[in-house]
Amino acid sequence: MVSKERLTEVVVELFRRAVIQPPVDVVRALQDAYRNETSEIARTQLKAILDNIKLARKKEVPVCQDTGIPLFYVTVGSNISVDVNDIHEAVVEGVAKATKTIPLRPNVVDPVSRKNSGNNIADGMPHIDFTFLPEKDYVEITVLPKGAGSENMSALAMLKPSEGVKGVKKFVLETVARASGNPCPPTIIGVGLGGSSDLALALAKKALLRPIGTKNRDRTLAALEVELKEKINQLGVGPMGLGGRATCLAVQVEKAGCHTASLPVGINMQCWTGRRAAARVFKNKVEWLK
Amino acid sequence: MAEVRLKIPLRKEDVERLSVGDTVYLSGVVYTARDEAHEGMLKFLGKGKKLPFNLSGGVIFHCGPLMKQEKGKWNVVCAGPTTSSRMNKLQSEVIEKLGVRAVIGKGGMDDNVMKAMEKNKTVYLAATGGAAALMAEKIRNVGRVYWLDLGMPEAVWALNVHDLGPLTVAIAKGKSLYANVNRAVAGNLKSIIQNL
Repeated sequence: MVSKERLTEVVVELFRRAVIQPPVDVVRALQDAYRNETSEIARTQLKAILDNIKLARKKEVPVCQDTGIPLFYVTVGSNISVDVNDIHEAVVEGVAKATKTIPLRPNVVDPVSRKNSGNNIADGMPHIDFTFLPEKDYVEITVLPKGAGSENMSALAMLKPSEGVKGVKKFVLETVARASGNPCPPTIIGVGLGGSSDLALALAKKALLRPIGTKNRDRTLAALEVELKEKINQLGVGPMGLGGRATCLAVQVEKAGCHTASLPVGINMQCWTGRRAAARVFKNKVEWLK
Repeated sequence: MAEVRLKIPLRKEDVERLSVGDTVYLSGVVYTARDEAHEGMLKFLGKGKKLPFNLSGGVIFHCGPLMKQEKGKWNVVCAGPTTSSRMNKLQSEVIEKLGVRAVIGKGGMDDNVMKAMEKNKTVYLAATGGAAALMAEKIRNVGRVYWLDLGMPEAVWALNVHDLGPLTVAIAKGKSLYANVNRAVAGNLKSIIQNL
């Protein structure tokens, strides 16, 4: 049986990794963007970003002061002995501990009174998205610390089915142009197609978890990702909205079946930090994923 | 595009010689202020009260730093800019009434703020969003903290900085780098959509 203490330790360590070290695929994409950029202002921004990543790692401090709100994705295999309630408690306790020890900025407030809880815990927060996998002998925990600059640029469209893929592309391009420098570009753009209104947005967020450069398993979506990335990077928003080539590092699309009368499109952006961290907890070991 | 090092408090002439695209490094005390701190300042002024800090020739930093208290002393862990447009409705009055000379943030501000800045000889300096470890390196120490009851991000922190930057002059003398970029983006968007 995997203990609650073990799970709590993993949660704290995941948070530490996520906020201090952007994933290798994200750093590589930022380096490529820097090499590709010609405008002096855009290069200054990307250089500051790359210098900042090095410094944060050296000093073991978060890359950004906005360490986000704590969002978790947990997959529970059917062949591992674990109490699901322990997972929930471990995530809550891990967040409180991470807030104190790393530290994380206490970001979570009550939406009405705006009172800050001081430890990033409140009703429904941290949020955990649970899925269950047959046969696997591990619990996979992913943390996605989501900052407000990018999250505030989220968008949903309930398109008419006749607007089709062209309508989807138009909505994505318009949303990225409107967001301008606010989500801290170059961003990762998550797009959720289909499902229902809430599912489309949830898929858009989940799309952010895929490492940059890994190909979408769906060939149509893979082609759509390539096309949208190319077109977004022709907009000219550039790093921090100050102009340039690198507006996005990647576009990642997920889909689900939807009603014959609707075409929901959700958009969720992630800032250049591309923060995420994941691990698989087995009975006797922990595997840290890239 | 010039590279300029300036000391706070800033004089009118310091600001007048800056143009959009220049790079600035600041030394002196900057005050962090987000939505609630701006509301707080206006509430104070509305009641005819004097603020506990002086922003004449001063610099407002749109930032909610990540701080750590050790042995009763506050230290900066990291501190980068937050989205400035959230303060659009509050910024002009704060600039006018307090004599703020520079605002540091990210993403730019609207036309009304740009006009108030032009009138009051104020500049907007763009910091790199998320480059919070880099900026914390330039913070020598933390002075006082005001209104900590608003929570760590929303409180007003007096930060003593040395060569804080690189900061890009993005709004100055009625010109906005963001407006130029957004105009170009709108044109590009139109032609991309036409060819979908």
